[in-house]
Amino acid sequence: MTASGLTYPGVDSARLMVGMEIHVELATRSKMWTSAPNVAHPDHFDARANSLLDPVVIGMPGVLPVMNQRAVEMAIEVGLALNCRIARRCKWDRKSYYYPDLPKNYQISQYDQPICGEGEIQIPASTEAGAPMKTVRIIRAHLEEDAGKLLHEAPGGFPIDFSIVDLNRAGTPLLEIVTEPDLETPEQCVIFGQMLRSICRHLGVSEGIMQKGHMRFEPNINVVIEKDGKTYKTPIVEIKNLNSFRAVEGAVRHEYSRQIEEWLETGRVMGQRAKTTRGWDDIRQVTTLQRHKEDADEYRYFPDPDLVPLEVDQAWLDRLRSRMPEMPAALLQRYVGDYKLNIKDARALVEEPGLTRFFESVVAERVEPKRAAAMLLNYGQKRANERGCGVHELGITPAQIRQIVELADNDRIGSSAADELFGLLCEPDMENQSVESLATERKLIQVSDDSAMASWIEQAIAEQPQAADDVRKGKMAAIGRLVGAVMKASGGQANPKLAQQKLREALTA
Amino acid sequence: MNLTELDLCGLKEAIDAGRCSALEATTAYLERIEALNPAINAYHEVYAQRALDQARLADEGHRPGPLSGLPISIKDNLCTEYGRTTCSSRMLAEFEAPYTATVVKRLEAAGAVILGKTNMDEFAMGSSSEHCAWGPVRNPWDTERGPGGSAGGAAAAAAAWLCAGGLGSDTGGSIRQPAAYCGVVGLKPTYGRVSRYGLVAFASSLDQIGPVTRSVRDSALLMNVISGHDPLDSTSSSHPVDDFLAGLEEPPARLRIGLARQYLGEGNHAAVKAAVDQAVKILSGAGAQIIEVDLPHTEYGIPTYYIVATSEASSNLARYDGVHYGHRTRNAKDLVDLYAASRAEGFGDEVKRRIMLGTYALSSGYFDAYYVRALKVRRLIRRDFDQAFENCDVLLCPTTTDPAFVAGKNADDPLSMYLNDVYTVNANLAGIPGISIPGGLAEVDGVALPVGVQLLGPMFEEARLLRIARLLEREIGLGLCPPVVSRV
Repeated sequence: MTASGLTYPGVDSARLMVGMEIHVELATRSKMWTSAPNVAHPDHFDARANSLLDPVVIGMPGVLPVMNQRAVEMAIEVGLALNCRIARRCKWDRKSYYYPDLPKNYQISQYDQPICGEGEIQIPASTEAGAPMKTVRIIRAHLEEDAGKLLHEAPGGFPIDFSIVDLNRAGTPLLEIVTEPDLETPEQCVIFGQMLRSICRHLGVSEGIMQKGHMRFEPNINVVIEKDGKTYKTPIVEIKNLNSFRAVEGAVRHEYSRQIEEWLETGRVMGQRAKTTRGWDDIRQVTTLQRHKEDADEYRYFPDPDLVPLEVDQAWLDRLRSRMPEMPAALLQRYVGDYKLNIKDARALVEEPGLTRFFESVVAERVEPKRAAAMLLNYGQKRANERGCGVHELGITPAQIRQIVELADNDRIGSSAADELFGLLCEPDMENQSVESLATERKLIQVSDDSAMASWIEQAIAEQPQAADDVRKGKMAAIGRLVGAVMKASGGQANPKLAQQKLREALTA
Repeated sequence: MNLTELDLCGLKEAIDAGRCSALEATTAYLERIEALNPAINAYHEVYAQRALDQARLADEGHRPGPLSGLPISIKDNLCTEYGRTTCSSRMLAEFEAPYTATVVKRLEAAGAVILGKTNMDEFAMGSSSEHCAWGPVRNPWDTERGPGGSAGGAAAAAAAWLCAGGLGSDTGGSIRQPAAYCGVVGLKPTYGRVSRYGLVAFASSLDQIGPVTRSVRDSALLMNVISGHDPLDSTSSSHPVDDFLAGLEEPPARLRIGLARQYLGEGNHAAVKAAVDQAVKILSGAGAQIIEVDLPHTEYGIPTYYIVATSEASSNLARYDGVHYGHRTRNAKDLVDLYAASRAEGFGDEVKRRIMLGTYALSSGYFDAYYVRALKVRRLIRRDFDQAFENCDVLLCPTTTDPAFVAGKNADDPLSMYLNDVYTVNANLAGIPGISIPGGLAEVDGVALPVGVQLLGPMFEEARLLRIARLLEREIGLGLCPPVVSRV
């Protein structure tokens, strides 16, 4: 499937239109309306069910919400990253519906005055190299509180004939971002989702762990069909609660063909029926009908009288803007353009915000960026993989990396010694270790001292008379064996380049 | 000496002078409650042992503060970690709050002894304290009559000397109207003056906690303790808090008293009219200028109030669904049935009526015609007051049209009951403070009943209201003593 004008049997063309709704759980320390800990914060990921509660979370009689300022800041930061207009004044509304995971039976949300208004973001139109960029328009992003969870089996998977309410997630700050239907392929949906995830992680507003539901996607999908010179739009279908990019891809792809098939069968077009909701069956890889919305939802929105309107003044906005880190797209451009990194390395560095920051601090030590990237992605990445942590969490410091680079650049250590030093500096309690003294201690400094070198060369020539003869006769290929002998004689301390030079002088002069 | 005869400040003086102990005073109140509460039904729960312990600690000097050892009642919609908080509703019959309301914490930090929780109209919805799951509260002046509501228990307890003073809450007159019916002082502070954290919400934009006391100085004393910003209530104000007792005895100079035509019409009982006339006379005698003012949108107060209050209530009371706490039906077939049956069993008729009204007003298709329009009228009512206060310092008006009515009179006529609030709701809609003090007695069917006069002031001018109220109190000087009091 390509971006437009693709063909489908039985129609002239069928263009996919997808608008995305994305829920992002913000990783504040405390919840949206109270000081109880937030399950989306790394400190509380594995909290026991119903352990992150207080009277406000449970919606006890008499409690009142107090706005989490940091959550508002995070929402604004995402808005700035998406080039949204930030509201100078907005309010909080109650959205009413009854469900056991919503203790107050209303959700505090923003109805007609979202904190972030219209915006847009550029994404690559496909994953192909050199793909053109395209604009995805943002309609709005508003802040609200998440609901709890209902469990229909007991922990451990035991069947129960009742439901368990876990309110740990209730009250987690939730940012709902809504786009225009600008996405035209399943691939674009995924690219957009990954871009948004990367932005949120670089901003530090979400850990972006999909399995934990930190980001949940709800594509609104329909197809514009051309047949016999006429245009038909299929009814919009909303797919609920997708929490993997694979599911987004699969659901959009399936829905595209399903809607065309349905249209061919029924001729039903948009407007004849209100929006339908479908779910994604991960095992069968199909979308399944959840409900038709026969009537408009009745949420009885009204301004929450327990809260005062939110005012965002210029000073606050300026402060947030000045704190904004560089966004992933700009980082990639700079790494490829200015640092001349290859796109693969650049992506690897940008993929993990912690690694990006670490890389930047290594570069700030005046390590040449390509060298820094190579150190981190070669020496660093393999050790990080072994330990299951990030490169930036290995323990080695940017200054130590600079010292390794300096030793290597001055030919005082070889590449295997550099690798070994990198490893040693990742051991515990090495952050104050001087690299030079460690290298000396471990006898990793190459010896270029003339008298020592002279005796190792003498020894090597004595041990390898045949090779020495070959070199004397101009067969330079044999010098490698002699260099090996020098290295062996020196216990690995000899500078191999210097050894080769001295051998040549000794045998061919 | 009958210790329960003293008002809060009088008892404080007696304790400070060593004429009695907090334990003696508390014991006297507990005995009196035991004797009289069955007839009045002012209290739902009494914390006798806890109160005695608090009093003893106060006597030992462990609980110093402006209210040290003073026995105080709280309305049953203020949450406490001890006892139950029921809002006089079957829905919360067994509800034990896991936390304590900010105002109660402040009382206790000031050394107060909490006697118990006073009955009310269910969820503060009513003007008679008949809509109480624990039986109707009786008026100490005539037990055939109600004490008004919703803080009827608080007013009856203060009037019948079942507490030295108390806290109520006022959404549309719930402190001032029962205070008028029971011959005590009731103050509704400016919206945001007192933290609502821990007050079970009826209508969040209107609710405000305030004192129900036997004297104006007691009102000032309690206001000193409960006022001020609370980080747990986003709508509480950071406006500086006056010392309400300082200068209480000095009436403000060059007073301008506003009289609004809309509050002084034909509908008022003769005794109510006489009480206002007397107050006018006292104030002009004290040098005040009397100014006629116009509050043109007054008549829209009641419909506006009943849209705003019921809309907010329908949402605030949605949480009582039998899932997390409160009453849960025994035999639910499914989730919807659990919700419906738990609420049908747990709520009384008046609460259901208001939830339905509010749900309707917020529904799509009606929202603009009702809720949005009500907010517009609310702004006009607020503007009326702003304009009036450009020409006068306070408004003087009746608290109610009539003295207390016979219990059950409005049982089948909710509209008549709603009209009880006609002189009080607008202060809540505008957010301004109002105080009701005893203004005189009416004779109705051979029974003497108190009537109230009300002062309304600009935002955060409670100190001014209290000083003028004190001037009136001194001159009216009824020292009102209901018949039931003299019986014991």
